[in-house]
Amino acid sequence: MQTLTPQRLRELDLKATDVREGIIRALLAAGSGHSAGSLDMADIFTALYGHVMRHRPEEPNWPQRDRLLLSCGHIAPVRYSAMANFGYFPVDELLTLRKFGTRLQGHPERVSLPSVETTSGPLGEGLAQGVGMAQAAKMDGADFRVYVVTSDAEHQCGLHWEAMMTAAKFKLDNLLCIVDRNFIQIDGSTEEIMPLEPLADKYRAFNWEVFECDGHDIAAFVATVERAHAAKGKPQVVIAKTIPGKGVSYMEGDYTWHGKPPNAEQAKTALAELAATRERILAHV
Amino acid sequence: MSDTQTLDRAAQAMSLVDYRDTANLKQLPTRNGFGEGLLEAARANRNVIGICADLSESTRFEALKNALPEQYLEIGVAEQMLVAMAGGLAAVGKIPWIASYAMFNPGRSWEQVRTIMALNETNVKIAGAHAGVSVGPDGATHQAIEDIAIMRVIPHMFVVVPCDSVQTKKATLALSQTFGPTYLRFAREKSAIVTSEATPFEIGKAQVFREGSDVAIVACGILVYNALMAADKLSRERGIECRVVNNHTVKPMDEAAILDAAKTCGAVVTVEEHQIHGGMGSRVAEILAAKHPTPIEFIGVDDRFGQSGDPVELIEHYGMGSTAIEAAVLRAHARKRA
Repeated sequence: MQTLTPQRLRELDLKATDVREGIIRALLAAGSGHSAGSLDMADIFTALYGHVMRHRPEEPNWPQRDRLLLSCGHIAPVRYSAMANFGYFPVDELLTLRKFGTRLQGHPERVSLPSVETTSGPLGEGLAQGVGMAQAAKMDGADFRVYVVTSDAEHQCGLHWEAMMTAAKFKLDNLLCIVDRNFIQIDGSTEEIMPLEPLADKYRAFNWEVFECDGHDIAAFVATVERAHAAKGKPQVVIAKTIPGKGVSYMEGDYTWHGKPPNAEQAKTALAELAATRERILAHV
Repeated sequence: MSDTQTLDRAAQAMSLVDYRDTANLKQLPTRNGFGEGLLEAARANRNVIGICADLSESTRFEALKNALPEQYLEIGVAEQMLVAMAGGLAAVGKIPWIASYAMFNPGRSWEQVRTIMALNETNVKIAGAHAGVSVGPDGATHQAIEDIAIMRVIPHMFVVVPCDSVQTKKATLALSQTFGPTYLRFAREKSAIVTSEATPFEIGKAQVFREGSDVAIVACGILVYNALMAADKLSRERGIECRVVNNHTVKPMDEAAILDAAKTCGAVVTVEEHQIHGGMGSRVAEILAAKHPTPIEFIGVDDRFGQSGDPVELIEHYGMGSTAIEAAVLRAHARKRA
């Protein structure tokens, strides 16, 4: 990874705002979809596509690319918007989200859009597939890394823990799991519905290297990933503390925005807030 | 018997062994053919690998495990993991064979099979061991008799049920070289080997093992032998000549062969070690109802669960022995004339 200069960081902060705008526009056009998680992962997806990952938007099937799996497929809008904003396809295509004939299916489908790496949506399945990809890299002597973005609530699925055991058994130090720790799920708070804490200790007990950071601080996230990459012989997890709906004031911290889109009026407010955010970043020299 | 009459022309064309010669008929479990075929496929292509969920002896993974340990992964009792991890390996070019008892894979892992293998179009191969009531003493929990139904309903899936261990080896090799999500089903107990090394095998191509124009018996798996024995007896004792079709590929099914059998014979009996509901015979009925309505009798488990017992005893109890097939042929034959 290159050094993250202050100038580059500012560009990424602006890019994250673009990604959030894309999410709002896409969800408005779709009339359904998941707002809170999509918005709260905008900074991390921007960091991944903009700085962390080795990839070629113009050659999405480049064999040496790092693999990014979105296990919690319902926050597809953030991935689609990040991909569009980093040159995988035109930003306007975001407006086809969830519409008949689109490549941007409600949950990601690899056959429609190969650069999403795998079809996802049924929860708890991404890490297991990431384990397979990381193991294949080890068997072939390939040096790409595998990143798996997971929601916190999907840690309630048993398969995820099977994957955690397997990753440790095979010493997959080319595998990094990112947890969107926003503490919400459809029905409310994760800790009320099925407590996950102490989540970091659970990963440690499964023989993982564990890191925690603020999921909205791109510089902190990048630094954390760099430290994680130094781990040898163990898979790594970054538990990223996030605020659901981040960037849109009336959505922030409100679990009821998990699975619904803004209406036209709400979207207008959201886009105005994001425009103000952009102005603030530009003014802050 | 074999010294009094040669095998019919269809059997000769298929290079079958003389299955009527019960004294000299070889018996081996179909799963042995999987173990041999997998090792051969893995030797030919280092991307062919095996992933095991703690059943290396039962599934016959042992040959691969011992000969090519670098192409073998053990992940413990975790069948959903088996499918999902294989999906990841396949995405990077591996050709993973994953094996457990059919009851657990695809039984336990069905949603992963649908999403990661089929919707996602990955080259993952499932070997479903211990299918059917002939698993025997282990009882109903371990006797998969719904697996064909849950696999044949999934788009893009290959579903193959070979008739003996020699054919299972050929099927394993052929499927290893064919891109696409795959379910290969086999059984625990030793069963009669009716095919020979020279018998052809092609995915999606049903085989006529015996010629006849009175009733067509369309069978798959180890019960193909029972179908042949029933046909032989009906010929000798009643002069009823059955065409016996080894319908090893349940999906994509050889529609032309099914239609030809129905048109030639005018009545059909389907035979499988599976629930009648949703199985191979149901697919035959779907084809014929749409394209050539024909009287059909179904041999299989009739909406019940299995139980502990001796394999042969269970096959008889659930109405899948050769006597039950003979009776079904007579019923079908009578309906044809009615």
